[in-house]
Amino acid sequence: MGFEAATRAYDDAGVTHQDIDSFVSVCEDFHEGTSITDEYTPDQLGAVLRPVHTVAGDGLQGVAAAVMLIRTGIADLVAVEAHCKTSNILAHEQVLTMALDPSYERLPGITPHFVAGMEMRRYLHETGAPEDAVAMVVVKNRRHALSNPVAAYGEVLSPDDVLASAAVCAPLREREISPPADGAVVLVLASEEAARRTPKPVWIRGVGWASDSPWLAARSWGQASYASLATQMAYQMAGITKPDQEIRFAEVDDTYAYKELQHLEAAQLIPRADAARIVLEGGTRRGGRLPVNPSGGSLGMGYCFDATALYRTAEAVRQIRGEAGRAQVEHAATGLVVSWRGIPTQSGGALVLSAD
Amino acid sequence: MSLIKRKPQRRVAIVGAGLSLFMRRALDTGKELSYYAASQALDAAGVRRKDIQAVVMATAPDAFDGVHMKGEWLLDGAGGVGKPYLRAYVGGGSGVFSIISGWMMVASGLFDLVLVVAEEKMSSCQPHPQGAFLTIFDHIIERPLGPNLLWIFSLEQQRYMAAYGIQNEDIALVSVKNKHNALAHPAAQVAAQLTVKDVLDSEVVAWPVHRLMVSPISDGAAAVVLASEHVAQRLADHPIWIQGVGWCLDTSYWGNRDLAYPRYVEQAARMAYEMAGITEPRRQIHVAEPYDPFAYKELHHLEGLQLADRGKAPDDLARGRFDRGGELPSCPSGGLMGVGNPIAAAGLMKICELFWQLRGEAGTRQVAGNPERGLAQAWGDLMQVGTVAVLGVR
Repeated sequence: MGFEAATRAYDDAGVTHQDIDSFVSVCEDFHEGTSITDEYTPDQLGAVLRPVHTVAGDGLQGVAAAVMLIRTGIADLVAVEAHCKTSNILAHEQVLTMALDPSYERLPGITPHFVAGMEMRRYLHETGAPEDAVAMVVVKNRRHALSNPVAAYGEVLSPDDVLASAAVCAPLREREISPPADGAVVLVLASEEAARRTPKPVWIRGVGWASDSPWLAARSWGQASYASLATQMAYQMAGITKPDQEIRFAEVDDTYAYKELQHLEAAQLIPRADAARIVLEGGTRRGGRLPVNPSGGSLGMGYCFDATALYRTAEAVRQIRGEAGRAQVEHAATGLVVSWRGIPTQSGGALVLSAD
Repeated sequence: MSLIKRKPQRRVAIVGAGLSLFMRRALDTGKELSYYAASQALDAAGVRRKDIQAVVMATAPDAFDGVHMKGEWLLDGAGGVGKPYLRAYVGGGSGVFSIISGWMMVASGLFDLVLVVAEEKMSSCQPHPQGAFLTIFDHIIERPLGPNLLWIFSLEQQRYMAAYGIQNEDIALVSVKNKHNALAHPAAQVAAQLTVKDVLDSEVVAWPVHRLMVSPISDGAAAVVLASEHVAQRLADHPIWIQGVGWCLDTSYWGNRDLAYPRYVEQAARMAYEMAGITEPRRQIHVAEPYDPFAYKELHHLEGLQLADRGKAPDDLARGRFDRGGELPSCPSGGLMGVGNPIAAAGLMKICELFWQLRGEAGTRQVAGNPERGLAQAWGDLMQVGTVAVLGVR
């Protein structure tokens, strides 16, 4: 999968693996079932005996590493790779449980999704949003996915279908959790000079990432604090002062459906009090005022661990290039990507992309 | 062929370093070890956590702690809460790579003050951390053979000895030198005064590797504070500059390579030398901290780093060239063989040592002649990755 993605990315950029100056891979040991899993990154990228390093983190942290490398001046072209082979994982919930602190937080026999269930409860409590609004996120993203040829979970649902699915950890329901998908993504990043020589560059105007406390006890339950910090950093770099007016569409993390609402608020794209209303009125549909996850998001495309953010970046690039086909958003000149590393972390990233 | 597109515009300095004790079974958690080292580095630099703009963490396999996304778990101990935080990961090479990652953060112009922390707590892994290493191998081709690290490094040592006619006595001398050097290191775990005979009398763990030719299992942490030029000049009278960095990853299929020579270390070194403007490393490097998790590796790496001729590092060692008082002091800290090997922290410990050596603050470990430039190197994955940093006083 990695080879296939790399080949396509190099081809799309009009370069070969020999032109790439440096390589970044994004992976985590427990997702691979291999310790020191960065060992297995170079060959399929054409990166043998070259500068390759791994970021054990979010896809956008990998993008940030590539941006920094280019800005130092030592590299003009950097490839960023991430993949997800979730179908090899027999019990993903057990892997997630291992991310909780072994002494204080790990509760054997209880689904680790309890963290998301509690967070969703707090979010609904603080905002007064109805559960219908969360269900509507699922309906919208599944429907969007029908127009995306790489999406695994396109489907026409009603909010009642979502609300009728089993509770995993109340109020969180089965259909409000992104289903897993296999996949690999490679992005090629370039310095301005090198990008001008490629056929279809899309510009990174700002990148940001941040982490908040890893302890559940110190967690910001109602709001996505990391996403506020990350988007602020990216907006500052991009010179964006009025995100709700300057961002035309967004690909934001929706690992759990309520997260999409939390992330939109943290990114200042929707005022806190209005998120539920705007979603219920269709304002975040592909044809709405602020199209959110026109790709289908993780709920529609499938969840790919830390590769998710790179998938969504690739989708945003397709939108800005006007290559999204039936999923195309009108006037998609400036887009925002917001990522999250999933429970139990409070780590995420943000990326502002634009056509010029 | 040029290995970098152009020289970086922004200079990056180390302005403070910190180190925990290295030991077999620390009672402290990994978060606490990280906190000790980070606090010490911040104190040494004269800054506080709130001044730090971003944090890098380096730590090797999650399997040691049995914690998924270990970097996330450790982040509060490393001072990363509320900040951009990045876990750079290239196996055993991570310790030296951590400052390369921090260097990127500052040299890119994104940040002016960055904290770099490296931590390892191997003792949590029961019954023995070698168990974690059983899972580093290809699950189809290699794992069914039941390989472990001692097994493959004994193959590499065997190949190195066979290719150049090296004797095990020549290699045992590395253990003698480094464990002796470590006697002067206050954080050292396995310092000792030994003879070559003592080393060769220790039991064979995987021929030709004897127990005293292997670094120990360790817990520990190290940290440094990196600053941009204008911040460094405000904070420190004697900042130590990162003059060049290089890294290189070879193919995953180690069985297809000639293990006699680490070509990936050579590539990484050439990249760092190009950035640092070094054309004659043997003359221009005054003190070296090559990676020595196994005794033969120090020699192997000195050759890859172009600091000794191929197959000739043992001769140089025997005539005292790499002693603390020698022409090119190598592992004056005591290295992994003497100070200990909490994997990622051990690589950053080498950077700390250069920081103190180049500032003339290494106490009884100080090498003579006011060294102006030093090199640290780490190695990891499946005998596959080289990470190199060249530091200097200007």
